[in-house]
Amino acid sequence: MDKMPRWADVLLVPLICLIIAFFFCGILIWAIGQSPVEALTIMITGSLGSTYGWGYTLYYATNFMFTGLAVSIAFQASLFNIGGEGQATLGGLGVALSCLFIPWPHWSLALAGSMVAAMAFGAAWAFLPAWLQAKRGSHIVITTMMFNFIAYALMNYLLVNVLRPVGKMDPASARFDEVTNLPQLGEILALVGIPFSTRNPANISLLIALACAVGVWVLLWHTRLGFAIRAFGKSEKAAVYAGISPVRITLYAMMLSGALSGLMAINSVQGEANRLLLNSVEGAGFIGIAVALMGRNHPFGIVIASILFGFLYQGGSQLALGTTIPREVIVVLQALVILFTGALPYMVQKPLERLFVRRAA
Amino acid sequence: MEWASFLQILESTIRLATPLVFACLAGLYSERAGVFDIGLEGKMLVAAFAAAAAAFATGSVWVGTLAGIGAALLFAAIHGLASITFRGNQLISGVAINFLASGLTVVLGAAWFRLGGQTPPLTGDMRFADAPLLDLFGITDPNPVIGLIFGHSILVYVALLLVPFSAWLLYRTRFGLRLRAVGENPAAVDTAGVSVVGLRYAAVAITGVLCGLAGAYMSMALSAGFLREMTAGRGYIALAALIFAKWRPWYCLMACALFGLLDAVAIRFQSIDIGVFIIPVQFTQALPYILTVIILAGFVGKAIPPRAGGEPYVKER
Repeated sequence: MDKMPRWADVLLVPLICLIIAFFFCGILIWAIGQSPVEALTIMITGSLGSTYGWGYTLYYATNFMFTGLAVSIAFQASLFNIGGEGQATLGGLGVALSCLFIPWPHWSLALAGSMVAAMAFGAAWAFLPAWLQAKRGSHIVITTMMFNFIAYALMNYLLVNVLRPVGKMDPASARFDEVTNLPQLGEILALVGIPFSTRNPANISLLIALACAVGVWVLLWHTRLGFAIRAFGKSEKAAVYAGISPVRITLYAMMLSGALSGLMAINSVQGEANRLLLNSVEGAGFIGIAVALMGRNHPFGIVIASILFGFLYQGGSQLALGTTIPREVIVVLQALVILFTGALPYMVQKPLERLFVRRAA
Repeated sequence: MEWASFLQILESTIRLATPLVFACLAGLYSERAGVFDIGLEGKMLVAAFAAAAAAFATGSVWVGTLAGIGAALLFAAIHGLASITFRGNQLISGVAINFLASGLTVVLGAAWFRLGGQTPPLTGDMRFADAPLLDLFGITDPNPVIGLIFGHSILVYVALLLVPFSAWLLYRTRFGLRLRAVGENPAAVDTAGVSVVGLRYAAVAITGVLCGLAGAYMSMALSAGFLREMTAGRGYIALAALIFAKWRPWYCLMACALFGLLDAVAIRFQSIDIGVFIIPVQFTQALPYILTVIILAGFVGKAIPPRAGGEPYVKER
């Protein structure tokens, strides 16, 4: 036996990485003359101490579930999609167009329409990088990165010159009709008798995100396409030998990834802002990378990692309110998580593996 | 367009292209040695911050420059450790480095200066002189053309000289040959008894130094002090320029000049009316990225990256 047990690989490695990241952040907070313990207490009470805090935590987590699943589905095909930011931006455009220009009679239909639009726009934005990778060998990391910037410029143009209501100064679309407002998590939980604050942006999108996680799990491990994606990710040569078309798998995996990123907009654009803002994604596309790495590329791991990052984001803003520690301390933590789980896996994993192997021997 | 505004555009093109040239050459060394680096942005940002902070604390632009280089080197060392020693994913490491810089500069800046993440404005000797060459020759009121050629900060000329120097180093020296070889076929270099790890670390260190200069230029020459997120995607533009230049030094200069020009035009004109239709400013801003995608797609000459780029080297046993 030269491998460590599965539970150690799945649980212990991310946990150790997280502890190291927290440790370094604690040092940073201590170095700027603040108390790390107090900071952690504020974060925990601010994000988990009330249903109001939980609402924000789950709202952020919903965004990260979509983008994390998006990153992971591409990862499974060994494609690194860092274009989640741009794909989610375009998804927002799809949601806004659907909500602004179609007179929906009921929120449920509006939600269905927005979902289709968000997925179509997100997938379309991922199509070209995917096609260029599959057909022309253009490196997907660079093209998706470029498409993030192009998406931002496009959104800037559309909001300033096209979608901005006459007489308004800020680059944002008009407010959506009230019919399109999504039911809040508090309202849904009240139906089953659970008291939950409604003064927070958590909404029905959370349930859709959870359904997506199950859907991705089924797709990847219980369908032909999922098998093809994973086989292609493990070894392109073997996949081609087995008759799997690399072009098709690259396109499918990337467009699924783009669709999931785009879907984030039902939470942030339709669920929270009720209008399209210039920076509606707010970095969630990038956090998806951290979430996918932390969740070990598995849908259920990603759900847990998303809630963890939702907690960090809500906790971070509470920190900024209650102390002089800026919320960017969370960005540092996120960077360290990415570094240790993604870029330095051998630093944690290999010594741990050796430890287990020696004990088994 | 009249003569004066033409000269002004050229003038700001030179100023805006300079950090791009530093960062683009920085990426050139690393990627030519087979280490992808999408963390140029982060290294520039942390260098800009460290430079401005040290310059403000000591009152010396030179201490600031050294601090900027030091900070960028530290980040380069993290990237080297992750991608060379621990054979991790170089792209993910780059992403992490960008976030680390973005968070750390604000947290430390807010704690040290209490200005919400920026440094106090730099004055006098804390900044690079605007036009040291003109001062040297005692020219106080240069005509526009003289001003355009000689009226820049010293780092502008350093960046310009670095282009032929890099071309010479990469193509005319043993070190350059080995550096390029390690990016194409590290096993061959290893067989020849030259350390792959050593060469790659050297390349990554050069990248750090050049990113440090880019950052120092941003906060102590282009502006007077550090602002949060002040590099504003320039590291990515430099990366685009590097691909546009197909990983060659002289083309780097041209690509950076082109992207600098686009930046200058976007800042000066909101929209350009070319008679038939109006080009919105956002299109000019997006053009570097669009051009890079077109080049990457191989429709206008194919951009082929160094063959061993992105792959950690594993010695055969």
